[in-house]
Amino acid sequence: MKTFEYHKPSSLDDAAKLLAQADAVALAGGMTLLPVMKQRLNSPSVVVDLAALEDLRGIRENESKGVVLGAMTTHAEVAGDALVREKLPALAELAAGIGDAQVRNRGTVGGSLANNDPAADYPAALLALNGSVHTNKREIAADDFFAGLFATALEEGEIIRHLHFPIPEKAGYKKFPQPASLYALVGVFAAKTNGGVRVAVTGAGSEGVFRVPELEEALGKDFSPESVPEKLSDGVEEKLLNDIHGSPQYRAALITALLRSP
Amino acid sequence: MRVQMTVNGKAVSGEVAPETLLAQFLRENLRLTGTHIGCDTSQCGACVVLCGGKSVKSCTMLAAQAEGADITTIEGMESPGGELHPLQEAFRQNHGLQCGFCTPGMVMSAADLLRQNPSPSEEEIRHWLEGNICRCTGYHNIVKAVQAVAAAK
Amino acid sequence: MSDNGHGIGAPVKRVEDFRFLTGRGTYTDDINRPNQTCAFFLRSPHARAQIKSIDAAKAKSAPGVVAVFTGGDMQCGGIPCGWQVTDKNGEPMKEPPHPPLAKDKVSHVGDQVAVVIAESLSAAKDAAELIAVDYEVQTPVVDMEKAIAGGDVVHEEAPGNLCYDWELCTAEGGAKEVDDAIANSAHSVSLRIVNNRLAPNAMEPRAAIGDYDLASGEYTLYTTSQNPHVIRLLMGAFVLGIPEHKLRVVAPDVGGGFGSKIFHYAEEAVVTWASAQIKRPVKWTAERSESFVSDAHGRDHITDVTLALDAEHKFTALKVQTLANMGAYLSTFASCVPTYLYATLLAGVYTTPKICAGVKAVFTNTVPVDAYRGAGRPEATFLLERIVEQAARKLGVDRVELRRKNFIAPDAFPYQTPVALQYDSGDYHSSLEKALAMSDWEGFAARKKESAANGKLRGIGISTYIEACGIAPSAVVGSLGARAGLFEAATVRVHPTGSVTVFTGSHSHGQGHETTFAQIVAEKLGLPMENISIVHGDTAKVPFGMGTYGSRSLAVGGEAISRALNKIAEKARKIAAHLMEADAADVVFANGEFAVKGTDKKKAFAEVSLAAYVPHNFPHKSAHDDGEGLEPGLEEQAFYDPLNFTYPAGCHICEVEVEPETGAVTVAALTTVDDVGRVINPMIVEGQVHGGLAQGVGQALLERAFYDDNGQLLSGSMMDYTLPRAKDMPPLSGLQTATTETLCAHNSLGVKGVGETGTIGSPPAVINAVLDALAERGVTDIQMPATPFRVWSALQEAGK
Repeated sequence: MKTFEYHKPSSLDDAAKLLAQADAVALAGGMTLLPVMKQRLNSPSVVVDLAALEDLRGIRENESKGVVLGAMTTHAEVAGDALVREKLPALAELAAGIGDAQVRNRGTVGGSLANNDPAADYPAALLALNGSVHTNKREIAADDFFAGLFATALEEGEIIRHLHFPIPEKAGYKKFPQPASLYALVGVFAAKTNGGVRVAVTGAGSEGVFRVPELEEALGKDFSPESVPEKLSDGVEEKLLNDIHGSPQYRAALITALLRSP
Repeated sequence: MRVQMTVNGKAVSGEVAPETLLAQFLRENLRLTGTHIGCDTSQCGACVVLCGGKSVKSCTMLAAQAEGADITTIEGMESPGGELHPLQEAFRQNHGLQCGFCTPGMVMSAADLLRQNPSPSEEEIRHWLEGNICRCTGYHNIVKAVQAVAAAK
Repeated sequence: MSDNGHGIGAPVKRVEDFRFLTGRGTYTDDINRPNQTCAFFLRSPHARAQIKSIDAAKAKSAPGVVAVFTGGDMQCGGIPCGWQVTDKNGEPMKEPPHPPLAKDKVSHVGDQVAVVIAESLSAAKDAAELIAVDYEVQTPVVDMEKAIAGGDVVHEEAPGNLCYDWELCTAEGGAKEVDDAIANSAHSVSLRIVNNRLAPNAMEPRAAIGDYDLASGEYTLYTTSQNPHVIRLLMGAFVLGIPEHKLRVVAPDVGGGFGSKIFHYAEEAVVTWASAQIKRPVKWTAERSESFVSDAHGRDHITDVTLALDAEHKFTALKVQTLANMGAYLSTFASCVPTYLYATLLAGVYTTPKICAGVKAVFTNTVPVDAYRGAGRPEATFLLERIVEQAARKLGVDRVELRRKNFIAPDAFPYQTPVALQYDSGDYHSSLEKALAMSDWEGFAARKKESAANGKLRGIGISTYIEACGIAPSAVVGSLGARAGLFEAATVRVHPTGSVTVFTGSHSHGQGHETTFAQIVAEKLGLPMENISIVHGDTAKVPFGMGTYGSRSLAVGGEAISRALNKIAEKARKIAAHLMEADAADVVFANGEFAVKGTDKKKAFAEVSLAAYVPHNFPHKSAHDDGEGLEPGLEEQAFYDPLNFTYPAGCHICEVEVEPETGAVTVAALTTVDDVGRVINPMIVEGQVHGGLAQGVGQALLERAFYDDNGQLLSGSMMDYTLPRAKDMPPLSGLQTATTETLCAHNSLGVKGVGETGTIGSPPAVINAVLDALAERGVTDIQMPATPFRVWSALQEAGK
């Protein structure tokens, strides 16, 4: 990778100032940033390591907002956390299935969401659970956060502090991994909350994570695998990815197959 | 920039460029060449070391991120008296290695598994080793080696 | 012979493991030479382009840069191909130039355009970005069928993109006779088979360090090679013009090869040459993404095959027409893989009397294609075992019975096939029956029912295979066009205190030669393992050798060692006889001791060794040697040129479970019974089978080097190219391996070789199992790799 200035600020304000510089990037776990820097696909001049920011750590419960994850919480921490496992087992399961053990030991929930890889797992959870992103500047609802491939509503110098995941009545996450990368070829998060059923799909969408109204409607009537239609309506395939690992038709079939599996 | 950390129980430090990866620092600055680099996409796991007891891919971590950390590499697995770690011995007994290139990463990864889960099922072992690719052994004897250590505990 | 527990047949733990398990191995990238520089290769982003100009001025003056070289700077020979194939019209194959650095054009994505040598790798990379290459991008030739249909050519020297159009035909009447036989047979069945292109992906990326010594004028190349002597020969004689006494090639610990590290690569020549230009060592290590576009790929055939059968279902004729991808240049072994190592195998284990194989080797704008574990034989086996399976299904006959009916009988050896080879030994029935029993073939229906109850489709598949190994009998391959003799050499040096060093031209890169070969010494000389060292991988230490590939190390290299040991034992016996004042004919050698028959006179091996070097009372040879005297010393060499290939064979059975909704295939069980001849170390043999099976499962279900129409490799990293992981293999309880044994008839060890059985025998077993699972849904064919997407698509297609 190309050389850069490395900073490890100990306050959020300092981090924000450093990140406001041109060509600066935030480094969380580095699981996606460092590989692209190694390939010189991204060569920032300033790297701001968020590891010293205590404010970005910890897992707690908030009565109104549900489970609150510090942005720098690793996937392994989420997977193994007693509170998450009790209140949001689907999220713990999702975290336990990300990448491999070493990725889970370093990769963070905040980093994953800020990067918004179209095949990352957390975006599906945040969107389906109708969660929110709390930054050093504001609160962003999940519906407003994702802005297409590798793009989010985050502005320059804006740092994710916490993620809020409301506790659903029922929820589940199923993933069919892309066989080489182990990212989601298709990942489906379905959640039943008092606000209704939300279904979010990752891995499949050509614009990143997306909701599937027809499935929400079906599952809204009866939140069970049996109520999932065998096939999605034809329009859905138009916004799905086509690559060597699967056609839009295949990805569409996986969405329903995953939801229908017990 | 200067980095300091503990590697295999010894305090070490070195002057590195900010972009230096932990794997490079270990291999080039410290000449600990048991940590290998087999890919550039964080898939193969030949570079796995323990950082604070947890397995990490040292090719996907800056040396700067390991500032102050406690790192263990394959070279640190033997006892001070030179006895092989039970995992090393089990790999030998079960023929869990052939060319030896992926082996250090496999051993370090398995050590992390057994730390958290002293008696993993075969399925749990195979799932855990998803981040370690071996092109020689077909994994059969690696799984047996990890099982052997778990059973002996 | 000995019974010390370390000899032939003992599962001795490996000598080499300690260093690998403790991080003490020395791989090429672990080596650093004093005052070393780093090389980075600028590679072509285009599959096919003319280079109009290269401006490297900015790069040359960039910080830390020592030198930048392009094709115009490097006046040398091209990278050679080791084998010649003569096409069916008597014309030699087309060998377009292959400069180590591109001259006027680039011919595949990844082709070397320039090398930047700098004080650090990052300085070299930074500078490479400053090189301005003016490319005139052209339409690439990617698809083989389009390539031979006319139009654009990869090389002007190869019109129609044909390297050769070759034929191997049994019948005197040629292809027509085989066509007639097919037409006149009661049944025939045809298939089109695509043997998927693979990227070898040894875990250690290739690396090379060139080190020119100004004082001696000697060059040293440290490289990740399976055969350092072959590299010395090819690079020294053909590319750089360095005589062998001035060129040392060291292949230290090598992290897997699988064929991909046989070949002489451009980077080796460039770093060696460049080190003399800049008078400093030059080191290059591939990054994995570079490996994908610069290591030779494997397989990549398109084949039309027809098998004919008579009314009793005996095979009558086989016709095969294959397009074999050579990629952009001819790599070292490329031309022989789809010919001598492929078409000669098309009899398989069957008595098919008439066979005709036509092979067109095709140039495309892709990475060169060459030998990958199995090399030609997996392609032959796959098509045979698929077409036999298809015949059974079409005719509605039992697939096992059809195989039995057509097997070469155990009493038919030596068996002359219609495609040039003579099999020396084998018993295909016994491996088949053993595998059927081990896999509980009979109990499959119950397991299928159980899977069905869980919504899964279960299938079982079988493959009965043979391979030709122990490459290669020089007389045979010489007549076929090899330009080199593929013998092996061994030197055994007995030290004065009775310990032994063996210098072998075979190279170990995972196979455990340091253990297996030592066991042969332990057996023959009755020595403990710790008294034996095996030295390999350095042309300065090992006098000569041809290296490790084609499952040849034991059958050729091991036999050479065995023969050198025989010479040692014979000379030592003479010395012992002299010491004990006995007739050499009365001296017997067993368990490390020489004894005079019928007496209690004994001499330990070490005593005799010492006497050889302290020959105070030796009957020395005189100046006018009469042939009676003894030379001091105890060191012998043997060159062994095999009389024939060896023929490992066996039966692989696979059981899979398919999830119809997603297409996911799980390998539930794999059973292998291989006849590899005499087994020296059963632990190592089993390990070789396991590893080969993983690569076989990889080819069948996971791996594909996928080029798009622009010649871009879409699966060019481990993010898109699926390598088998632990979870892709069957559970411990589902993987069973066993051997049967018929001895090789023409080497004294009776060994056949085991390195490639897994990749040869298993892919058709896996695919036949997948098709067996899918048969109830109407799927009749599927190409490799049977990925979830492919399986799901086949189910959709069949369901329409």
